[in-house]
Amino acid sequence: MEVIHSDVLIIGGGLAGLRTALAARKRGNNVIILSLVPPKRSHSAAAQGGMQASLANTSKGAGDNEDVHFEDTVRGSDWGNDQEVARMFVHSAPKAVRELAAWGVPWNRVQAGDHEAIIDGQRVTLSEPAAARGLITARDFGGTKKWRTCYVSDGTGHAMLYAVSDQAIAAGIPVHERMEAVSLIHDGARCYGAIVRNLINGRLLAYVARATCIATGGFGRIYQSTTNAVINEGIGAAIALETGVVPLANMEAVQFHPTAIFPAGILVTEGCRGDGGLLRDVDGYRFMPDYEPEKKELASRDVVSRRMESHIRSGKGASNRFGEHLWLVITLLGEAHINHKLREVKEICQYFLGVDPAEQYIPVRPAQHYTMGGVRTNHTGQTPTLRGLFAAGEAACWDMHGFNRLGGNSVAETVVAGMIVGEAIADFCATPEGDMQVSTALVRASWEKAGAEFAAIADNRGGESASVLLLRMQAIMTTQVGIVRHHENLAAAVDELQQLILRSRQVGLHATRAGANPELTTAWRLQRMLKLALCVAYGALQRTESRGAHFREDFPRRNDAEWLKRTLASWPVADQTLPSLDYEALAVSGMELPPGWRGYGARDAIEHPGTAVRQAEIDDIRAAMTGADRHAVQQALMPFRHLLPPHLRGPNARLRDSA
Amino acid sequence: MIPLVRLQPSPGQPRRLTINILLCNPADPLSLAHLQAFEIEEADGMTLFIALNEIRSTQDASLQFDFVCRAGICGSCAMLIDGRPGLACRTLTRDLGDHLTLAPLPFFELIGDLSVNTGKWMRGTSERLQAWIHNSATVDLDALEQRMEPELAEAIYELDRCIECGCCIAGCGTAQMREKFVGAVGLNKVARFRLDPRDTRSDDDFYELIGDDDGIFGCMSLLGCHDVCPKQLPLQTQIAYLRRKMAALALS
Repeated sequence: MEVIHSDVLIIGGGLAGLRTALAARKRGNNVIILSLVPPKRSHSAAAQGGMQASLANTSKGAGDNEDVHFEDTVRGSDWGNDQEVARMFVHSAPKAVRELAAWGVPWNRVQAGDHEAIIDGQRVTLSEPAAARGLITARDFGGTKKWRTCYVSDGTGHAMLYAVSDQAIAAGIPVHERMEAVSLIHDGARCYGAIVRNLINGRLLAYVARATCIATGGFGRIYQSTTNAVINEGIGAAIALETGVVPLANMEAVQFHPTAIFPAGILVTEGCRGDGGLLRDVDGYRFMPDYEPEKKELASRDVVSRRMESHIRSGKGASNRFGEHLWLVITLLGEAHINHKLREVKEICQYFLGVDPAEQYIPVRPAQHYTMGGVRTNHTGQTPTLRGLFAAGEAACWDMHGFNRLGGNSVAETVVAGMIVGEAIADFCATPEGDMQVSTALVRASWEKAGAEFAAIADNRGGESASVLLLRMQAIMTTQVGIVRHHENLAAAVDELQQLILRSRQVGLHATRAGANPELTTAWRLQRMLKLALCVAYGALQRTESRGAHFREDFPRRNDAEWLKRTLASWPVADQTLPSLDYEALAVSGMELPPGWRGYGARDAIEHPGTAVRQAEIDDIRAAMTGADRHAVQQALMPFRHLLPPHLRGPNARLRDSA
Repeated sequence: MIPLVRLQPSPGQPRRLTINILLCNPADPLSLAHLQAFEIEEADGMTLFIALNEIRSTQDASLQFDFVCRAGICGSCAMLIDGRPGLACRTLTRDLGDHLTLAPLPFFELIGDLSVNTGKWMRGTSERLQAWIHNSATVDLDALEQRMEPELAEAIYELDRCIECGCCIAGCGTAQMREKFVGAVGLNKVARFRLDPRDTRSDDDFYELIGDDDGIFGCMSLLGCHDVCPKQLPLQTQIAYLRRKMAALALS
């Protein structure tokens, strides 16, 4: 048994993992990153349209600040998120974008003077002040009051990932590529690292570390129709679940992106609509203003996706040989804009559809895109139930997104979470709690257990096929646990997924191969992905309300009276075929922004009894502080700065400091 | 240029495709590299990503290849497609003949079948060329960012679009002869950081990194790199410009 030691083990080499590693390394820790693929190939690279940060440099961003970004984020979450975490995030996002600027990200910049833009289908002239020249510019995105999304053409994630990955290389942080963590080494109370499979030679290694962080991204690949990369199988979250003591939170909160090209499911950025693109139906009719007069195409993703699906159901979908879809139209933006600001979109349309988006309509249909749920952590990324285990980014649920995340908030979250969680890991390692006494017998037992699991699959002569079961699971999730949910479909999905778990234990391999046999890898992962799928489906079945991206046709109203709470799914006994569900309440009494109407979507929420009380308190505080500085008012409503690492607490400078 | 001309889909019967794949498993001492033919039925809009996954799920479960984004963004799936380096995920079978051949990228360490270890080579090259922003100033996270002209930011992004897929190396004459050549990917990185005012290095510093036959003077100007780059990076002009600058420095 080969054992590799470090202070900190980061599982995942995307933006969240890399940025966490940098923070921990800077404090003097010895850090190792594990990555399924070379880190610059991580799914972070696929973030196209941009990163939200309230810099307020542009004319359409004037007046923006942390308060506005906070309210947008909470409304976007449909009041399902942790408002303190949202506050920590919006306060740190400008710092993150400025740090990235210093690290070389070629953010698009403000051009002073007049320029043309398309707003609500009309060509308008905007004017940028000379004072803003050369500062970071921003575009419009869904669910936001201001133009806040900082961008690098439509390759924002790529540029960020390369800059941060280059910093990790500069810092000498080793990335062990083509490595997959297959279980956590733990004793039920503390985590000591992970058992890891080398995906080149198939060997199992033990990585022993004082602190371990899961930053493995989302699990979109449990769905058939998804924008996610093929590596987004959620194994990081699954191995946390398999400890039996770490719950996954809000797994039923799954985001569907409105504009995935049809049928390939490849994303074209929300920036298309942010920059003025429109959605049209079979008749060429622009339908979104009928449903959403306030925000039209730029309501939040959950709302736009739902409206699109119901418009297709009403018989207004266009169709091609693969099925029904709608049209995304960006022809009105002009070729020059598309060539400079939407060039990845142009390439994707040309290569995968044979369509020139400057001349032709783009066939789109909503597809799974993001998982708000993940490893439950506190506001510093630490799991409350397994000391020494942290999580960051999409893999985590520190819960800044609640039941729907805003576009541009996730790629921003990766780096902000890295800055905060990496610091918390360093703090942890600097205390006596960060020391560990690990038993070599425990490490060996973990290694042997993982080895036995792979051997059991490799030696199984059962008649089931891993790839067939995988496709079936993905089909169930897309058709029955998708955008529109209903008791009947969900119950049937839960039943069949449970059967699939049993069948997945009877998979026989067709091939043997020296080294890491890809079929063995698939069969092993399938069993974990099914557990995640069940957490999603069972959580969705039990949640008898609609909130954000979780929409129940049979319970269409948001029910704050009964469901203002976070779902916790755990898997205490390995053999069970359903997760154990538990709930933790979100306290209205502490909210800075009590539940209300989002400004788009449905208005018929069932009110929580505490909402009116809290609103009255807030009104009183605001009245008593009339004329006070906005920071002081915010501090009185819901203090958060003490939760941040000291170097992230300072005020963010803006061009117009009145903001 | 992005090819927009497509072969017309044949009416009626879908085509039967014969895909010859160069197979080899270095983990197995008995494995010899050999071409194996797989037959599949073509589907509408089929990419090599779809075709290879179908072969793996129905014909050879042990087949190794690398895909990540399957959208032409991440650079994982570069391979030789009928002898030419390209991204398999965004190559449509309808643009290819009935018989096609797939082989792993040359030059890089073979992992197995169509999978090669580009990541290890790219990290090594980044370390060698110190391919990151060199700037010792402390970043004030609370202050306004440093200004940059919009045109300069766009020019940097133009070079920053490299996805480290390895196609340029596979298409490079020098790389076939000179194992340590940094290739177009390496030279483009130097050009990118040289252009960036946030990087405080001078041309003398860059000369130390690439002023030899493993760097800018190793390029024979065959420019296979430029022809096969899936991101259409301006490699020809960047390499020529860099060579002029570095040669001037060498002669001064």
